[in-house]
Amino acid sequence: MSNEKITITVNGKRYDKEVEPRRLLSDFIRDDLRLTGTHVGCEHGVCGSCTVLMNGKSVRSCLTFAVMADGAEIMTIEGLGTAENMHPLQKGFWEKHGLQCGFCTPGMLMTAVELLKEKPRPSVDEIREALSGNLCRCTGYQTIVESIQRGAEIMQGGK
Amino acid sequence: MAQNRGHIPKSRQREKPREGLKYIGKSMKRVEDPRILTGRGIYADDINLPDMAHVAIVRSSHAHARIKRIDTSKAEKLPGVLAVLTGAQAAELTGPLPTWSSPPVFQRVIAHEKVRHVGEAVAAVCAESRYIAEDACDLIEVEYEPLPIVVDPEEALKSRGDAVLHPDHGDTNLILESKFDFGPVAEDFARADHVVKRRLRWPRSGGTPMETNGATAVWDPGSQRFTIHANTSMYNFVGWMIADTLKVPHHKLNIVPTLAGGSFGAKLFLYKQPVMAAMFAKLVGRPVKYLEDRLDASLNNDAHASDRVYYVELACKKDGTLLSFKQRIIDDYGAYFQYGVGQHGNALAQVVGAYAINSVGVHVQAVLTNKNQQGAYRGFGSEVANFVIERLVDAAADELKLDRIEIRRKNFIKKDQFPFLIPTGNMYDSGDYEKVLDETLKLLDYKGWKKKVEEMRKAGRYVGIGIASTQERSVFSSTEFWMWNLDGKIGWTSSPDSMSLKIDPRGRIYGTLHSPFWGNSPETVATQVIAEQFQVDPSNIEITYSDSDKGLHSTGPGGSRFTVMVTGAIVGAAAILKKKIFKIAAHMMEANADDLELRDGNVVVKGAPGKKVSLQDLAFHAYYMRLSMPDPEDPELTSGLDATYVYDHPVTTLPDPKREHMGIFYPIMGHMCHSMVVEVDPETGQFKFLDYACVHDSGVMINPMTLEGHMRGGVVNGIGSAASEQYFYDKNGQPTNNLFTDYIIPSISESPADMKCGHVETPSPFTEYGIKGGGEGGRMGTPPALAQAIEDALSPFGIKITELPLTQNVIRRLVREAQAKKAAD
Ligand code: FES
Ligand code: FES
Repeated sequence: MSNEKITITVNGKRYDKEVEPRRLLSDFIRDDLRLTGTHVGCEHGVCGSCTVLMNGKSVRSCLTFAVMADGAEIMTIEGLGTAENMHPLQKGFWEKHGLQCGFCTPGMLMTAVELLKEKPRPSVDEIREALSGNLCRCTGYQTIVESIQRGAEIMQGGK
Repeated sequence: MAQNRGHIPKSRQREKPREGLKYIGKSMKRVEDPRILTGRGIYADDINLPDMAHVAIVRSSHAHARIKRIDTSKAEKLPGVLAVLTGAQAAELTGPLPTWSSPPVFQRVIAHEKVRHVGEAVAAVCAESRYIAEDACDLIEVEYEPLPIVVDPEEALKSRGDAVLHPDHGDTNLILESKFDFGPVAEDFARADHVVKRRLRWPRSGGTPMETNGATAVWDPGSQRFTIHANTSMYNFVGWMIADTLKVPHHKLNIVPTLAGGSFGAKLFLYKQPVMAAMFAKLVGRPVKYLEDRLDASLNNDAHASDRVYYVELACKKDGTLLSFKQRIIDDYGAYFQYGVGQHGNALAQVVGAYAINSVGVHVQAVLTNKNQQGAYRGFGSEVANFVIERLVDAAADELKLDRIEIRRKNFIKKDQFPFLIPTGNMYDSGDYEKVLDETLKLLDYKGWKKKVEEMRKAGRYVGIGIASTQERSVFSSTEFWMWNLDGKIGWTSSPDSMSLKIDPRGRIYGTLHSPFWGNSPETVATQVIAEQFQVDPSNIEITYSDSDKGLHSTGPGGSRFTVMVTGAIVGAAAILKKKIFKIAAHMMEANADDLELRDGNVVVKGAPGKKVSLQDLAFHAYYMRLSMPDPEDPELTSGLDATYVYDHPVTTLPDPKREHMGIFYPIMGHMCHSMVVEVDPETGQFKFLDYACVHDSGVMINPMTLEGHMRGGVVNGIGSAASEQYFYDKNGQPTNNLFTDYIIPSISESPADMKCGHVETPSPFTEYGIKGGGEGGRMGTPPALAQAIEDALSPFGIKITELPLTQNVIRRLVREAQAKKAAD
């Protein structure tokens, strides 16, 4: 298998790399770029832990080949906010205890980013609908819903 | 004659539960979160070392077979492959894996000569990348000679000859059998008016965290040492056992914990993954990572959970008084027996539930079958005991025509009876079960729902209410293990946890945990308790984790023990430090040490708040002014401010030498009541929650927010165990659901949208501040309540629930059977 040259922008930084055509985007992000915030829970597209944004749309990086992201803009959890300057959704998760082990959290956050772009003030049902493809084994989900509501509120200028 | 249930030792509690605590009892935001939320937490697969190689395994496709021939030649030739090992070669490099079973049932990192379940490793490849390692696995040819396959636990009792998994333990798959009568079982049955009998079935599920298990190992040929990074617990308790397997002296192994992406028991003690990685690391001379993929995790992670058949009898009086409880249990352990029947010790810690049942007869039959072996899962077998006793109490109420709630109330151990020794000898330290029940009924609006349900039923809807009052044993001591080993001497006497504290020259406090993060909130808990002990702002405290090189004796999380144990360790270490602090402060302020206290980051004179020295100035003095202290010879005033403390179990006793009881081994007894309203669609077998309310009593709470997190998450685990999860093996021992596509853990759509959580705080008289464990109760409370609710909803069909999980198919089958029976009658 010959390698393919790809150009991917991740969290605003441009990378020119050679990858095997079969290389998964999740492995590319985690192992080649060393951005290990994107987690792999199932490798078969069910749990949503590996969710990243590709050109603003959520994708499962474990079901996407890196070559498919050639030319794309990717955003991962590392692009969202920092410990000193958290994104409102990260603040919401912190305040409302939206995480325990934190393994599903990057996927939950990226899914929520996409949701809030479309619906800045989502209802509980809309949030539940948006999260229906993301598994969490720790929280029981309710605090994740509250975290997203809280994040939306902060984004709208609420304190 | 009254039964000998043992004795209750005196409490060693130093910190009394009290009002006015500043940090304990507050819902503080977690200190773990900023790094995790920003993608900077380091989990097992995030360890990236220069030149690191990767391992993949060849999984057995047979459930039970002799390995006749393995051809690895093609795999070895694949570019990028560094080494290939079969079971025979691995057996030269490594010894048997650690086990607690006695006599030991040996397991190897790669199956040798025989495979005993589908998914067991028969060979492994180490390569430049995981991709190449997996390619090479596909090139390995294995020839098997099939052996008879054992799947059904009751059939396993009859296995002989080639169907026996471990013939070195005799010509049987019945690997352990124990019978105990705790108290006058025969007499109590003789005086009963009524005996309820049931066969109950609890299905094989598993903790199934989102992150699989994994390890990265480094071999340093210079110091001849292994360093292993893994998402494991218990590395400071029994980590040395891995050195035995790796055939190095114990001090030639250092285990470094990573964050764990959830455990629920599945990461209690990892050995297969660390040994796999380390074996290859030494062989190829490079860092090596072995991370389970999802299939490895379902098929070969040693972490399936209780899979039991119960034949049970409950003896009662006409008025509903519960007298005695007899059970025969067949438990399917899978192909190995790592923790022996530890899961049944857990069950016997609270076997009588919340009730003053006078005697218990237990007959445990542990069988081996061709499945991934059992490990730990949230409740460690005691969640099954909850399901069983609660199902029986429901049955007793129905058969005696009593109210399901009133029969519970009648038999509750009353709040003035604690501390209470149950027939197995375990102690319940404290509780107020009526209060928890009452609060739950209020929270659910039971009366309101009763009316609504009646109306809904009249409208043809199948709606039911479930309420169960259950126990959450916490803080094990492991002392009961001896009871099961008929040839052993009395064993363990404590399972401690430790803490190291240091105050630096500028007054900042460092806490070193000797247990890992596995999805709980260890840093937050430690921060809150340290802040309370020293009256400093939490922002001045930093928590880190020790590796096994620097580790102190610590059992780690599991069995809802961490919060109680680490608090005990912090209180112990802080007491040493405070004594020194007050001595130095007394000197600095020319005051009496007994008159001093800590307040807002200062040492102050009680009653004279103006007289103070800051912790910062005091620390500086302690570090650099040794010779200015009053007595330069005082051994308590050595330079610096640091202390360690190993906190032994707060209250435990040994089993009775004549085996009349098991002693006190799991005594810090939480309690919870779960209630819910469900609606079932008998056509489709689907159900949905109309309401859910639960109240937990976990003693004094350190952080109500994180405790409630455990409750909520636990409930959803419980819904999975009760309604959707089962690791299923067909008659050929082939697992039929290994991925999240078909092993269904609840998603948000199956989880209650608005779960109401309440708290009652009955302090423990034995633990510091009166804390109890609370990590498992959610999962332990839901299944019996849900079974009851669904049974209630389907009461027009006369259906009795005796098995889990209540999947759509099962509910449909039960409805169809009931309809066919009705038609036939
Ligand atoms: S890891 Fe991609 S969906 Fe689970
Ligand atoms: S927080 Fe652990 S899986 Fe969601």
